[in-house]
Amino acid sequence: MIPLALDIAFAHLRGRKRQTAVSVLGVMLGVGIYIAISGMMQGFHTYFLRQLVESNPHVLITDEVRVPAAQPLQMLHPDAAVAVRRVLPRDPVRGIAAAGSIVPALDRMPGVTAAPMLSGQLILRRSGRDYAVSALGIDPARQGKVTSLAQDMVAGSLAALARETSGIVLGRSLAAKMGVGIGDSVAAVAAGGRESTLRVVGLYFTGLEEQDLLRVYVNLVRQQSMQARPRVVNQIGIRLADISRSIPFAARIEGRFGYKTAPWEETYRRFLDVLALQNWIIYSTLGAILLVAGFGIFNIISTVVLEKGRDIAIMRSIGVASRRIVHIFILEGAVVGLLGMVAGWALGRLLSLALGRVPAPGAADPTQTLMIAQSWWIYGSAGALALLAAVSASSLPARRAARIDPLAVIRGAT
Amino acid sequence: MSATDGTPVLQAQALGRVLPGQVPTILVSDVDAVFAPGSFTVITGPSGSGKSSLLYLLGLLDRPTTGELLLAGQPTGALSDEARAGLRLWHFGFVFQFHFLLPEFTVADNVMLPMREAGRLTAGQMRARARALLGALDMPDLETKRPDQLSGGERQRTAIARALANDPAVVLADEPTGALDTRNGRAVFTILRALARQGRTVITVTHDEALAAMADRRIALLDGRVVADGAASSFLRSAG
Repeated sequence: MIPLALDIAFAHLRGRKRQTAVSVLGVMLGVGIYIAISGMMQGFHTYFLRQLVESNPHVLITDEVRVPAAQPLQMLHPDAAVAVRRVLPRDPVRGIAAAGSIVPALDRMPGVTAAPMLSGQLILRRSGRDYAVSALGIDPARQGKVTSLAQDMVAGSLAALARETSGIVLGRSLAAKMGVGIGDSVAAVAAGGRESTLRVVGLYFTGLEEQDLLRVYVNLVRQQSMQARPRVVNQIGIRLADISRSIPFAARIEGRFGYKTAPWEETYRRFLDVLALQNWIIYSTLGAILLVAGFGIFNIISTVVLEKGRDIAIMRSIGVASRRIVHIFILEGAVVGLLGMVAGWALGRLLSLALGRVPAPGAADPTQTLMIAQSWWIYGSAGALALLAAVSASSLPARRAARIDPLAVIRGAT
Repeated sequence: MSATDGTPVLQAQALGRVLPGQVPTILVSDVDAVFAPGSFTVITGPSGSGKSSLLYLLGLLDRPTTGELLLAGQPTGALSDEARAGLRLWHFGFVFQFHFLLPEFTVADNVMLPMREAGRLTAGQMRARARALLGALDMPDLETKRPDQLSGGERQRTAIARALANDPAVVLADEPTGALDTRNGRAVFTILRALARQGRTVITVTHDEALAAMADRRIALLDGRVVADGAASSFLRSAG
């Protein structure tokens, strides 16, 4: 025999089938939309982060010193209370000193791959037009292991850049803007005014518009020559087998070699902050949808309490505890929430499958569709929020029901 | 609660109930009464005399503003609402003028309601008891019917069966025949008298003189006060 409170709750809901169905529908829509939108948003974030993080090193060492060297006075009196203010570290003009030994040292660490780079500005000239870009001098073989550049190539190859020292790899968007293709030549002017002619040997596409438009890759030796910084490396990119340990790893490397070492979380902090804000806004909106569904439940339970005042009074008069009355109406809300949750899960799954067939806008591969995340967390949080909204919405009328004075109702009826 | 140890089941001591307001309304005033096990008492009086109000005080449905109600010798005035609800569940059975059956439940389910709340019996035991109670009230084949499929008399008998579900020591009935015809009204009173003969304390409010004569004892109220309290037969003689 099912518990008394549940039995009465079912009886009340059966007695108001249409209103119950509408309330269940409200919760179902809330849960379904929550799952579909959360999945789409999380899928988009995952895709975007993966593109951003994988097309760049997980950890980047740059020729910048964040911690100034100890001052002579501090060195002379190490135990004294000496405070030297406004000391700024001097940036090394020669890039990362001993990069030649740092890279092999990093390579020897398990799960670590490193690639030396030299960044610098270039002006590309084509058909009388100038295009300011950020040029990255790379070791093509190593770069392919540190970033997803090799996989992002849509024409030509990194191997061609290794063979062709005067080669250049452009983003597909930039190439389209400049009107160049594989084999075409472009003039490149470095900051010092030195002009070279480079031949397009590859096109890449990351889907990150800014990167595809503004970053070009050239051979490291060629970049050193164009920038008039022979044998200089000002960045070392690192790829980790376990991306989750990037923060402690970067701190350890910076402590060991002294150069600023930024994990991807630091490099893309602003972007991550924007994603967090976006999450907040979207989850607030989705929460509001479930709140509206909660109002539907509040409405039906309030109506039942009004209609069943006499039944409540008789139950109270024969000795049914007031907490049992509360249980009856909270259970009614919970049953509506539960039914809506299960139906909403099914709806959310269907919506997610449908959205997963929609072509991804701007994808390199035309067959690529929207990435919709599906996880127990999404389904669980949608269900938990729906149940929370249902129970909260029913608790108010439930408490009102428990406060009904049986005598007032019985007197009114006689 | 023993019904045979000689202790009064219910004892009203200067019981009073006043409704607050700009002009306070006296519902019950200074009622002293003792109700023994196995007694069948009717409370009579004109409309507004405080019959139902006294019954609600005796059934712990209302709190007195003055005086005290003793249940099996124990004072009840300081008890919490939940404690009073617990006493009502275990020791009182209520029958009202209107049956107040839950419309969604079957007859058997309505009868089992107090048993399920008490949680003392298994499902099988509850069904068996409901069946036995309905059988004793001449309703053996109506267990699966819903209240709207019953006649007025059957509904009231179902309400009596529900009142007896937890085998209470006290049965309180507020105008239980008010919505019934003469034949059914008489049948209900016959049942109530039989319950008293079984050792229960039965207290009924009625304004029907003929039915009141079926009781052992009659308390007459006027303006909330007891104006007469004695054997029901003596009322008939004085009326005659």
